[in-house]
Amino acid sequence: MNEKILEAKNITKYFHDPISIQVLKEITFSILQGEFVSIIGKSGCGKSTLLYILSTMDTDYEGDLLIGNIAMRNKKEAELALIRSEKIGFVFQFHYLLNEFSVLRNVMLPGLKLAKYSEKEVEARAYQKLKILGIQDEALKKPNQLSGGQKQRVAIARSLINDPLILMADEPTGNLDKKNSEIVFSVFQELSEVFNQALLIVTHDNEFAARTHRIIEMEDGKILKDVSKK
Amino acid sequence: MNFKLIASVSASLLMARWKQTLVAAIGVTFSITMFITLLSFMAGLNTLLDGLIGNRTAHIRLYNEIQPTKVQPVYLSDKYKNHYNFISSVKPKNERLQIYSNGAVMDALKKDERVLGVAPKIIAQVFYNVGAIDLTGVINGVDVEEESRLFSFKDYVTSGNVIDLRNIPNSIILGKGAAEKMLANLGDVIQVTTPKGERMQLKVVGYFQSGIQEIDKVQSYTSIITAQKLLGESNSYITDIQVKLKDILLAPSLAKEYAKLFDIEAVDIQSANSQFETGSSIRTLISYAVGITLLIVAGFGIYNILNMMIYEKMDTIAILKATGFSGKDVNRIFITIALTIGVFGGMLGLLFGFGLSSLIDQVPFNTAALPTIKTYPIDYNLKFYLIGTVFSIVTTYFAGFFPSRKASKIDPVIIIRGK
Ligand SMILES: Nc1ncnc2c1ncn2[C@@H]1O[C@H](COP(=O)(O)OP(=O)(O)OP(=O)(O)O)[C@@H](O)[C@H]1O
Ligand SMILES: [Mg+2]
Repeated sequence: MNEKILEAKNITKYFHDPISIQVLKEITFSILQGEFVSIIGKSGCGKSTLLYILSTMDTDYEGDLLIGNIAMRNKKEAELALIRSEKIGFVFQFHYLLNEFSVLRNVMLPGLKLAKYSEKEVEARAYQKLKILGIQDEALKKPNQLSGGQKQRVAIARSLINDPLILMADEPTGNLDKKNSEIVFSVFQELSEVFNQALLIVTHDNEFAARTHRIIEMEDGKILKDVSKK
Repeated sequence: MNFKLIASVSASLLMARWKQTLVAAIGVTFSITMFITLLSFMAGLNTLLDGLIGNRTAHIRLYNEIQPTKVQPVYLSDKYKNHYNFISSVKPKNERLQIYSNGAVMDALKKDERVLGVAPKIIAQVFYNVGAIDLTGVINGVDVEEESRLFSFKDYVTSGNVIDLRNIPNSIILGKGAAEKMLANLGDVIQVTTPKGERMQLKVVGYFQSGIQEIDKVQSYTSIITAQKLLGESNSYITDIQVKLKDILLAPSLAKEYAKLFDIEAVDIQSANSQFETGSSIRTLISYAVGITLLIVAGFGIYNILNMMIYEKMDTIAILKATGFSGKDVNRIFITIALTIGVFGGMLGLLFGFGLSSLIDQVPFNTAALPTIKTYPIDYNLKFYLIGTVFSIVTTYFAGFFPSRKASKIDPVIIIRGK
């Protein structure tokens, strides 16, 4: 019933500057639909690097990556852009909203780019996502008029606009206080439980990780432990 | 594809730096304004100066020249055919300047499709007698009506009535300079002598002012009949046939054709006045060079603002790419920004250019040399506006090309990591 939506096979990555070092060593794992996965590990063990590869933004690696059972190798830049737009939602530690646009427009942009729905529909969907995150009242403000926690929720709404197969986040609560982290966590939990959304979250917060369904622990570019609850 | 989205993103990036954008656009506006004004003014000036010569000079002049016979009798002799002949001290024989059977030649020319009009002329060397002094001069015997129709003769007669030349027997229109030297007023009678010693009294009925002082000091006009009488020739005597063409550019080739056909000397306006041609083309060249330089400078302005914008908007570009915009989309966004600056600035430039040149057109410009000109000349040629439009778009496109490519190549991972 639950199919694989993301599969990493022997992903290996080197950095050559200033010296050649191997940051990822044969990473192999897969994520099923509706799974709520966290990745933890010491600083510098390669979590962000892995996430950039899984999100198709970084193409300089060895091994294979399959998203929705389609191999990402040998795809052109424009094709990968389309896959990112269609299948992957990404949330960064820093919110990365565009101050030139309103909150609503920020959420809409990836939807307009994909152009699967008309502008009207994209707008309605954006409102719907903002509502899930409890910030529909802020829709017409500019991002710089929001609090840090609100901004991060807008970023999550934006990542959801095209109903991605998987939502990836790199330390989404890293800049937030306890209260806001709690809000973000409960949003993720709701997405997972109510909307059966697959989530892959890199975090330093062990408490946060402990409440997810599955914890992947990394060390020196390798998977040390991969523990599923239930 | 999805142009609306690209346009809206471009627009918001533009608005975020609207002051710098405006400065860049003003640069384009300024250069297009100057480009249009400069070219319109220069072209106006060229037309004016070319008109000095082109409107009143025959496109082709047919005449006889006194020169040594090219084929000397010895060449015709069978006996010396294979010899190498040296002939020294060859002199022209006493030939007349008259064009023979000129009536038939003129009829043939008038029938030619390419010819606008034909006017006969007699050129006679004379001396103006002023007291004890003789001034050299040239009298042109002309067909008053044809001369006016084809060569705007009337425009250059500043006082007196042109038609008197035909209606009053033995009348003359003096060059302004010559008249001043002779202190001859309208209605006065002056005396001229031909090189052969014949004398004649002529009544001054007007002044002629060509705008070229050297000419005005020497040249005068009479009717054909007066000139024939002066020279003591029959009424078929003509020394020049002036041809005006429909297309002035055909003059050199037609001159050759007529020279051969009528066995006569023929000179075209381009060869006779090559210095004017050169002047015009150099003025045009300079205007284009200045205009294009201005545009290139404006192009660098656009290049700078785009580079700055890209540098400032790294994060925006990175996030656009992370959320599904391709490099091509990003490229289009920045090209759109560049072209918006170019088109907007260029349009204003065309308007201002038109405004400025019409302003110059109103500035009084009175010179004794150019009696028909009252204000600075401007040529409102649509061509300049088209070139201005094309240039502003092309330069801004190239100015935007490299920055846009740079933006499209930005790697979002590097930017995001850098935070
Ligand atoms: N562009 C780069 N060039 C060379 N080495 C790099 C580069 N980017 C990252 N590294 C190295 O790769 C390793 C993994 O980095 P990465 O950012 O993936 O760690 P991380 O697990 O996300 O750490 P953190 O928890 O602090 O975010 C680190 O040792 C880092 O120094
Ligand atoms: Mg990291």
